[in-house]
Amino acid sequence: MEQNHPTGGERLIQCLEREGVEYIFGLSGGAAMPIFDALLDSKIKLILVRHEQGATHMADGYARSTGRPGVVLVTSGPGATNTVTGLFTALMDSAPIIVITGQTISPMLGKDAFQEADVTGITYPVVKHSYLVKDSNDIPRVMREAFQIATSGRPGPVLIDVPKDVGQGPCSAPFTDEVDLPGYVVASRGKAENIEEAARFLNQAKRPVLYVGHGAVISGASKAITTLAEKLRAPVVTTLLGKGAVDETHPLHLGMMGMHGTAYANKAVADCDLIMSIGGRWDDRITGRLSDFCTNAVKIHIDIDESEFGKIVQPDLAIHGDARLVIEDLIPQVEMADTADWLARCDRWRKKYPLKYRKQGGLRAQHVLDRLDAITAGEAIITTDVGQHQMWAAQFLRVRSNRHWLSSGGAGTMGFGWPSAIGAQFGNPDKKVWTVVGDGGFQMTSCELATAQIHKLPAKCLIINNNFLGMIRQWQEMFYDNRLSGSDLEGNPDFVKLAQAYGVKAWRIRRPADIDRILEQAHAYDAGPCVVVAEVVKEDNVFPMIPAGASVAEMLVEKPKKKLDKPEGST
Amino acid sequence: MSAVTPLEPAVVQPTHTISLFVNNKPGVLVRVSLVFSRRAFNIESLVVSPAAEGRFSRMTITCSGDPDILGQVVKQLAKLVDVVHATDHTGDQAYETEIALLKLECPLDERTHILQVAEHYKARVVDFGAESLILQIYGSSEKLDAFTDLLRPFGVAELVRSGKLLMARGKRMT
Ligand SMILES: Cc1ncc(C[n+]2csc(CCOP(=O)(O)OP(=O)(O)O)c2C)c(N)n1
Repeated sequence: MEQNHPTGGERLIQCLEREGVEYIFGLSGGAAMPIFDALLDSKIKLILVRHEQGATHMADGYARSTGRPGVVLVTSGPGATNTVTGLFTALMDSAPIIVITGQTISPMLGKDAFQEADVTGITYPVVKHSYLVKDSNDIPRVMREAFQIATSGRPGPVLIDVPKDVGQGPCSAPFTDEVDLPGYVVASRGKAENIEEAARFLNQAKRPVLYVGHGAVISGASKAITTLAEKLRAPVVTTLLGKGAVDETHPLHLGMMGMHGTAYANKAVADCDLIMSIGGRWDDRITGRLSDFCTNAVKIHIDIDESEFGKIVQPDLAIHGDARLVIEDLIPQVEMADTADWLARCDRWRKKYPLKYRKQGGLRAQHVLDRLDAITAGEAIITTDVGQHQMWAAQFLRVRSNRHWLSSGGAGTMGFGWPSAIGAQFGNPDKKVWTVVGDGGFQMTSCELATAQIHKLPAKCLIINNNFLGMIRQWQEMFYDNRLSGSDLEGNPDFVKLAQAYGVKAWRIRRPADIDRILEQAHAYDAGPCVVVAEVVKEDNVFPMIPAGASVAEMLVEKPKKKLDKPEGST
Repeated sequence: MSAVTPLEPAVVQPTHTISLFVNNKPGVLVRVSLVFSRRAFNIESLVVSPAAEGRFSRMTITCSGDPDILGQVVKQLAKLVDVVHATDHTGDQAYETEIALLKLECPLDERTHILQVAEHYKARVVDFGAESLILQIYGSSEKLDAFTDLLRPFGVAELVRSGKLLMARGKRMT
């Protein structure tokens, strides 16, 4: 009888097929072999990575850009621990990924078997939920639950640890569509009375601001928020991750707020009489010093995660629900507001404090990114790494549509950019995908050049090479008397040659005059991955800047003349 | 009971009582305790027991920490996939009880006072040995504290407490 049953590994792969999975990003090892073996007979494509961290960011990039969960498959022990950074990155930014880890055989659990790590134990704080599967027959249920949990409510990573004998043994359990999760309740519509109250607040506001976060992106609230903003004639600001939820070229859009946000977005937030968070979580990068943040404004907080209410900011009104549904319910209840004066004021700020950079002299990252914005014209999916280039990209690349901007926000994970672009390109074969990375972060996952090259994947990588851990150097210059401690990346490879060593097409931009020609060539290049190395001035700083833990009043729009105190804020 | 001397230095964070109704699965306790430790809450006592329906368990947790953060902790507990509901009972009209076992090492002829205190508190002698005796007492945690403090001068060799048990009165859910 038993021969007729699939193995646990085969059942697991069949479950993934039923969930509509197209790709698995992974790297094998002893404990995962039953599952990798089953993969050979499946139509799911294995994308063999060079490092498991890369697999997690690929799955993450796939998930953020498509809205569908990304799947990772790795082996036990070191394979599994290499996914921890990716799990954390996905958790902090609510990205739905499923990480399947091989594990030693169940009789050896807890006995220090070869490559046995307590993976569920190690990962508790960085997952939305996790499973250690003890019985092959649990596989269909666990897989269904995992997808349900990862993708619904506030999405997040789910880890499934599968001992080798569970993957090898027979599984006679049928597929299941039902989930029975009594402790898992997902909010949808907001309470009617809360929405009425929000409308009352909005209708009384003279200087409203809509503060749009990642929750808006995840819930697909673009159309609803744009309609609401137009009806209210309220300016829109976004967080780093909210970029793209509302077209950034829309006249009501003031760009990104927060530490390196535009001065006009931050001034609007500082001066508003009502601020409504739509899927934002009042991160410390956004609020700065809390006691000075929007002190006189009514605060409305829309979130699908109830535990966000009052965590940082005590809102005057909390609406628990899905951002899109709440906004859709709100639209008919708000009135056309007279905010002409307010908008005029925002526009004066916009004119007075534009984002600026020098086009003469050496090559500037901002110039390259400004041109990348023009050349991609909002059509491309942009991912970034972490550092100065990320902030400049956020400032100069105006994202026009939802899920076209992927960046590691909450975790700030260097190494995210390039693999997330690979994942996004797999998920969006018809779109152009660019990543903007620094020379430091790129080297954390540059081995994935091989992964892209093998698949002739046309993802494009722009390396902003300043030969420094630039953001660190900026802080040391500004707050530590320019005492540079471990921020000089002396010993960098020649990135053009590095790319070429993988057979990847590469260009170098040395002068402003090269920018357009090379970016255009790269943008048009579709035969495989390509790399553009912009050799930018070594020492440049990101402005505006609100030092960590300070308020908008302390915003620096250019390099300060005097020495600054060390920031008191988080990092 | 008024003459009780506190055991701890005076500056302590207030104690809260939280009850959780959770899936009876491995790992649940770790997930729950991580929420407390991450917010620097110290778990003072923890009782885990099967609920009326076997697939669920009850947890009654007393903890100390900043009351302003408590609401957050409860919400973060409720957010766990394995937590069906989480309730803060601090200041509630809930029925609470606890059991303690105390071992006192003292010769037979020095037990008169101990037995007087025990009788006053309605504690039971559950083991009467030649060199030691074990007392069992139940009631509110405060009563157990006071009882223990009174007996301390006689030499409490061992103390085992069950941790607080709690049930909401009437129609309210625990
Ligand atoms: C994995 C990881 N390690 C360290 C940091 C701290 N960090 C933040 S920005 C930064 C510098 C990044 O340098 P680079 O990639 O060259 O980009 P740049 O700032 O120069 O644009 C560092 C080290 C981080 N965010 N992530």
